[in-house]
Amino acid sequence: MRTLTILLAAQDQLAQAIRSGLGSVGYGLAAIGPGVGIGIIVGNSVQAMARQPEMQGVVRTTMFLGIAFAEALALIGFVLKFI
Amino acid sequence: MIVLADLLPNINELFEWKGIFSQHTLFEFNKTALMAFASTAICIGIFWVGSRKQALVPTGVQNVAEMGYDLIEENVSLAAMGEDGRSWTPYFTTLFFWIFFINIWSVVPGIQFPATSRIAIPLVLALISWACFIVVGVIRQGPAYFWHAINPPGVPLALKFLVVPIEFFSKFLMRPFSLAVRLFANMTAGHLLLTIFAIMTNELLIVRASGWYQAVFAPLPFLGLVAFTGFEVLVAVLQAYIFTILTAVYVNESMHPEH
Repeated sequence: MRTLTILLAAQDQLAQAIRSGLGSVGYGLAAIGPGVGIGIIVGNSVQAMARQPEMQGVVRTTMFLGIAFAEALALIGFVLKFI
Repeated sequence: MIVLADLLPNINELFEWKGIFSQHTLFEFNKTALMAFASTAICIGIFWVGSRKQALVPTGVQNVAEMGYDLIEENVSLAAMGEDGRSWTPYFTTLFFWIFFINIWSVVPGIQFPATSRIAIPLVLALISWACFIVVGVIRQGPAYFWHAINPPGVPLALKFLVVPIEFFSKFLMRPFSLAVRLFANMTAGHLLLTIFAIMTNELLIVRASGWYQAVFAPLPFLGLVAFTGFEVLVAVLQAYIFTILTAVYVNESMHPEH
């Protein structure tokens, strides 16, 4: 009887550990896309700023806008890990 | 990881605060509400003191307030909405400075908690922005606004069946959701990260400081704490700016539909 209780408790702990592990894996997968996306955005905006330095301000503003859009998805993944 | 499971309490303990007064009622006043009210007082204070003298050549607080207003007018209203945007600048200034002063409490020593890391404030602000761009659209273009908004020009009929539902979902459902979650998740993630680095530093440096192992590895989370505090300041400003400029872009899209 006692072994059964201990086994059940261990199983519950194992389930909890697997749940939180899968949460971290989920966040890791969710971070791939925005990582690549932000790299593309900033790379292209650096090229644009180098080609036409007088448009630096506009390009920089648009870059921040694009980064916010791409980063929102990664952060939704981060928050869902804890829900 | 097992060590961290012992150290780190349930994540809710980082974000839920006991009420200061009116506990267990609907209007419970806890640290979140206190920080939101404090930011309100700071915003009102800066702009009220700044507009008392009204000298032609501004000095002191008036200079700071006018610089702040000019910043928003030049980079948000005029950039996103053109000349029509001038009448929207007061609202955008309020939005930007209020969100900024709430976010920045995240790194102020002693009160390290951003009130925007609870979903309430970002949710209400996003709903207000949503109402803004829908109402502006309906006023400018009548009830036909809803059809013009989800029906982009130049799409062949066969693709319209795919594009119209996607546009509807993206414009009327995703926008307020992403506005709210972007601000909320950024602040929550930053607060969580700073807390984790602080706990790690505390454990290695103070609680279990027993040998050379801890002394060698203790500076690492401390450096992370310092670096991420600086990063949090950037994120506080950036998230306030992005919320404001996205609201401006959405209102502009309602005011000046693409032809």
